[in-house]
Order: sequence, then structure tokens, then C-alpha cells
Amino acid sequence: MISTVFAVLFYVATILMVVGVGMKVVKYATTPVPLKIVVSPAPRTKRGVVFRMFREVILFESLFKSNKWIWIFAYLFHWGMLIVLLRHFRYFTLDVWWWVEIVSPIGKLMAFAMLVGLLGLWARRIFQERIRYISNPSDHLMLALLVGIAGSGTMMSYVTGTDIIMVKAYMLGLMRFQIGDMPADPILMAHLGMVAILMIIFPISKLMHAPGLFFAPSRTQVDNARERHHISKWARNLPPLPEGIPAKEEGK
Amino acid sequence: MASLDMNAEGGPKFVGDPLKIPAIECGAMMDTNTFAAAPEHNEPLGFPGELLDNWQEVAIAKMGELAKKNRAFQVYLDTCVKCGACTDKCHYFLGTGDPKNMPVARQDLLRSVYRRYYTFAGKYFPWLVGARDLTKEVLDEWYTYYHQCSQCRRCAVACPYGIDTAEISMAAREILDSVGVGQKYCNEIIAKLKKTGNNLGLNPKALRATLEDLEEDLEDETGVAVKLPLDVEGADILLITPSADFFAEPHIDGLLGYAKVFHAAGVSWTISSYASEAANFGMFIGSYENMREVSWRIRQAAKDLGVKRIVFGECGHAWRVGYSFLNTLAGPFDFLDQNYPIPQHIMEFTSDALDDGILKIDKSRNDEFVMTYHDSCNVARGSAMGRKEGGQFDLPRKVIKAVCNNYYDMERDTIRENTFCCGGGGGLLTDDLMDLRIKGASPRMTAMKQVTADHGVTHMAAICAICKTQFSKVMPKYGYEMDNVMSVHQLVANAVILDGQETTDAE
Repeated sequence: MISTVFAVLFYVATILMVVGVGMKVVKYATTPVPLKIVVSPAPRTKRGVVFRMFREVILFESLFKSNKWIWIFAYLFHWGMLIVLLRHFRYFTLDVWWWVEIVSPIGKLMAFAMLVGLLGLWARRIFQERIRYISNPSDHLMLALLVGIAGSGTMMSYVTGTDIIMVKAYMLGLMRFQIGDMPADPILMAHLGMVAILMIIFPISKLMHAPGLFFAPSRTQVDNARERHHISKWARNLPPLPEGIPAKEEGK
Repeated sequence: MASLDMNAEGGPKFVGDPLKIPAIECGAMMDTNTFAAAPEHNEPLGFPGELLDNWQEVAIAKMGELAKKNRAFQVYLDTCVKCGACTDKCHYFLGTGDPKNMPVARQDLLRSVYRRYYTFAGKYFPWLVGARDLTKEVLDEWYTYYHQCSQCRRCAVACPYGIDTAEISMAAREILDSVGVGQKYCNEIIAKLKKTGNNLGLNPKALRATLEDLEEDLEDETGVAVKLPLDVEGADILLITPSADFFAEPHIDGLLGYAKVFHAAGVSWTISSYASEAANFGMFIGSYENMREVSWRIRQAAKDLGVKRIVFGECGHAWRVGYSFLNTLAGPFDFLDQNYPIPQHIMEFTSDALDDGILKIDKSRNDEFVMTYHDSCNVARGSAMGRKEGGQFDLPRKVIKAVCNNYYDMERDTIRENTFCCGGGGGLLTDDLMDLRIKGASPRMTAMKQVTADHGVTHMAAICAICKTQFSKVMPKYGYEMDNVMSVHQLVANAVILDGQETTDAE
């Protein structure tokens, strides 16, 4: 029963996330960019833009320059989460890939980085008056959800444990469209349930910042407005304006 | 030199750190409103004269339309995570403490409505994501706070996702215009430009008389017949400069500087009475169509006069439009000389002239000034100059240092890409917003006071007509004189020695 509920939940969540994010990305990619609005420091070449975006994604460069505390917590959280996620590959492949073996011990530790980062961000959201002012309930709930996921995972890793062999068999089964048995472990159910919720709300929430980053014209455009003619489709179809100065307006 | 009264009469309190973050004070600026446009200001721009009966419907539809037409608007509405990195970046927030002047809060005024009508969460769980209905109160709030944003983009540099509040603010103003709620200052000026070719409504006759007066002044000063040509067909260069350069101080001195540089370089140039305005207020109101129409005049004038090159004078927003948008709005310019950037900034021209050794300079003629430089926000963050990245920061400094002996930069976090707006940009340079302008200038003024205290800086140079007007108005509130702001080409004009110039020291 539980196994089936979670199986359905995961299939639905996966479809909603993949389709939802896909649709949003297509929307972003196909929405025209009428003007060159790149913001300084702006690279003049495509290579420069790639390097800029690389620094944004890997180093969170702009955030580093603008707010060190947010940067520290955001960096701990995101990189912690990435490595924890990489470690999770071991539950989805029959033979654990060699590089997953390598990151696994670090991944187990990085759960704490993730938690520290999240709690730091949350503390700022509660205690820093400017950030408290701009926060909506959803902003707190998002952090609660992520803390819940990280916390329940860490619990299973370090305290309560769970029948991980059985979990892995269940996941491998789901990937082959076979619904096996899942351990009736409340912490595991909480963990997986919250992950499913996160996947479902991904395309309709601020989590879209992840793909959205790559569609921000202020960062992704090349600063070559004088050299390259840039025009959007709808602007090309605007009614033409007269060449030369109309006689009656001539200011001579 | 300016007296250093840190708490000059009537002025805001001195703050020691230009980046000092105030405690938030809700509603501090809620009653600061700019005058609304009358029907005769709105209609020539293609907007309804007065608030439409079905304004709510039209505004919501317009929002959807803009999200479809402009990726930036769509993506920026979706991707904000409310991290708070931008909250202390806006000069209006730093100067007023009003939380709605924090960039993210300013965006949220519109984002909350967008969420209500265009997102799943906002439609079904508005309380969860702070979504709200578009009521008349919300519309009024938009009018208030989107006219407390100078679209300077300092927040966009700070944002980890590159979210640019200027894009949101421009969209908000366009939505307001589309339902008949325009701002008098911007819309009146655009209407004027469409009639006369410049923001002042200066007709060709008056313009010619002004230029002739200036020629006389130049000849009196130098003994050399330096020309300020108007509507000369077949000239090589068309100068597009803000109309403030024709009448306001210290703008005029900058114009005289361009004239001297052109004269010394021996190029033929002209001003056009048809396109006698560099500033493009169409950008302030976020209207692509109006911005295009204003820009198009430059193309028409260039074609009509048969020039080979276009050079822009010192004007910040004009240069953003010139550098970043002109090719899009009025290009491609295949009828101009492709060996030069189209358009070119006067700073690039002067910098090249200095490199080529064309200009004879006597730096000591600026020895009475100890200079600093205010990077005008739209030049700094929305444009570039020269061939190297960062040229928009380096070229003006290079030119200043080439003509002045005494130069010091202000604090690093207040210059270059982190520069503050002067407090009057983006369509806010109107007397009805003077309180906001004075408060918004406070971070810049504080940074200047530091270099005054540390290095004895007396004057600040800028390359934007709005910066110059704004500072000459607000500097006295901070213990400086109104002429402590200067044009960069004013310094050039002081130092350059023309062939045949009588060099008996004027002092």
C-alpha cells in the first residue's frame, strides 16, 4: 500500500517537474529580448560571457561581491546539496559508479554543510529586518521543506538508520516500472514525501531561479551592441518610420 | 573651496559611511509623489489621456503582454528568491529608509500582482506567496514607488540572478501609461521633443542664436574663431548632445570643451536642430515605441545632413540608449563611416585625440581644482566606451588625469560598476521630487565628503546632464557650492591650448 502510494507520488512528481520545468525553459528561451540590457562588468565576447556565467554558477560571484553572509550560507547549502545529491546516485544504480564511491564519504558529511547553510539563511530571514520584510510565508516554508529533507536524511544516515538495501531495491524497481516493497520507516517516508513535494513545486516556485539564471539577459548577453545589429521579431514588424526629415518639420 | 559644514542648514544629517544601512521606516516616502501628467501630455505619446474606466483589465493584460514581449521581465518576475542581497544597494533606500525603496520590495509591488493573475500559486494560494489583487491603492502605490526608482541598476549588479529592477520599473511605468496614469515630467518632455526636436522646446532660431553667442564667448576667451555649427550639410560629424548643454551650467562649459576638441582636431562637425537632443526619455517610461521614435530622429538627421559619423556628448541615459539601443532602434547605420564606432562618445573622441597628440594641454590651468569623478549610473552599468572592457570607467578618468594634476577616486564600492545614481536619474529630475532627490544623493555626497576630508577634493566631474543638474541643485544641501560639479569637457576646455590662442593667464 505505502509502496504503491509512494510509487505513484514519484511518477507524478517526476512528470510534473520535468514537464513543468521544460515548459518554463521553453517559454524563457522563446520569449524575445527586445534590447541589449547587459549589466556591467559586461564581457565583449561570447567566450567572456561563458566565463562570466561559469563564475556565477560555480562561485556565486555577484553574491560574493554584494553580501558575504548570504554568500557563505548559500554556498554551503548549494554545494552541500550538490554533493549530497551526487552521493544519492548510489541508490539509483545497481553497481555504484566509481566517482560516486569517491564522493560518498564527503557527501555524508556535506549534509551538515547543507543544514548549516539552510539554518543560516533562515536565521537571516527571521532576524535581519530587511529580509524579514521581504519574506512571504512561502519563503519560510521552502526553507522548512529543505531543512526537513536534509534533516530527515541526516537522521537516517547518522542516528536511526533505515533498511537502505530495501530502499535501493525499491528505487531500482521504480526505475524499471516495477513497484517493489518500501521499508515502512516513518523518517524515510517523510524524507521521500518532502522530496516529492519539492519536485512538484519546482516549476511553479522560486526554485526556477536555477534554470532562470541562464536566461537573464543582463548577464547572458554579449556587450557588442554597436558591432552587431540586435532586433527582436516583434520590433521588426513595427510600422516603418520615415527616412529623412519630413519637409514641414525641417528645422532650418 | 567648499566649506565643510557637514550638517548644512536644511540638509540631511551627515552619515560617515556612504554605504551605511538605515533602519527600515515603513511609509517614510509614501506621500512623496511626482505630478501626474495631464491628457495633453499623455495623448501625443499614444497613451490614454486619463485613467481608463476598465483600467484594471487593461493593466493586467498589458502585464501579460510585456511578459510575452520581453524575456527579462518574464524571467525576473519568476526567479527572485528573496535572498536580500539587493536590499541595501539602492541609494533611495539608503537615503530614506523606506523599505519599499529596497529593490526587491520595489519589484514585489508588481510581482505580487503578477503572481495573483499569472501564476498557479498566486491564483490559488495568494496568502502563501504574497500575491494581491490589483486595486486602485496598488496602482497608486506603483505610481509612488516606481517614481522613486532612477533605473540606475546598482541592484542588478548585486543580484545573483542579474535581476534588474530598472526593467521592472520601466514595465510598471509603461503599464501605468497604458491605463492613462502618466508622469508629467517625462511625458510632457517627450511630447515637447516630438514637436521641436529637443526636451526644452528650443526652436531652431533660438538654438542658432544661443550657439552664436557661445561662439562669441569662445572667441573672446581664446582669440580663436571656434565654431559651433548648426545644420551644416556634408559635415563629417553629427554631434548629438543633451539640450541642457545649450543653456545650463556646468553643461555649457562641456559643450565648449567638445567644440575646442573638434576645432583642435580639425574635423568638420555640426549640431542638428531636428535632433538637438541626446536624452531619450522614452527609456524612462519603458516605452519601446516612444524610445524608437526619439532615436529615429538621429537617424533622420544623420541621413539628411549626409554626415559620416555620429558623436554623443556628455549625457548618461543618452549614452545608454546610444551605445546599447541605438543600433537596435534606428540601425543598422550602413550609410555611415564604418571605420568609427557608431555612435561614438565624445570621451572616445577626446581620448583618441589625446593619444594622437593632437591636443596641446596645459594641465596647470586646472590646478585650482582637486578632482574626483562620479561615474554616471547609466554610463557605468548600461554602456561601454573604447575598445577594452571597462572603458566607460577608464576613459573619463584617463581624460581627466590628462588635463588635471589633482585627481582622487572615491571609495571603491561607490564608483565604477558600483557607482551610485546622483539621485535625479530615470525621470526624477523634477522639483516636485526634490525631497527624494536630496535624500537619494546622500550616499554619493557622503563618499565625496570622505575624499574631501582625506585628500582635499574640491570638485566632482560627471558626464551626464542629469547628474550635473542634480548635483548643482543638491550639493549646497551638503555643504558644497553649486559649481562644485563640473563637466569633464569643461576641464578639457580649461586645459586645451588652441593654435593661435592668446595664452596670457586669465587669472
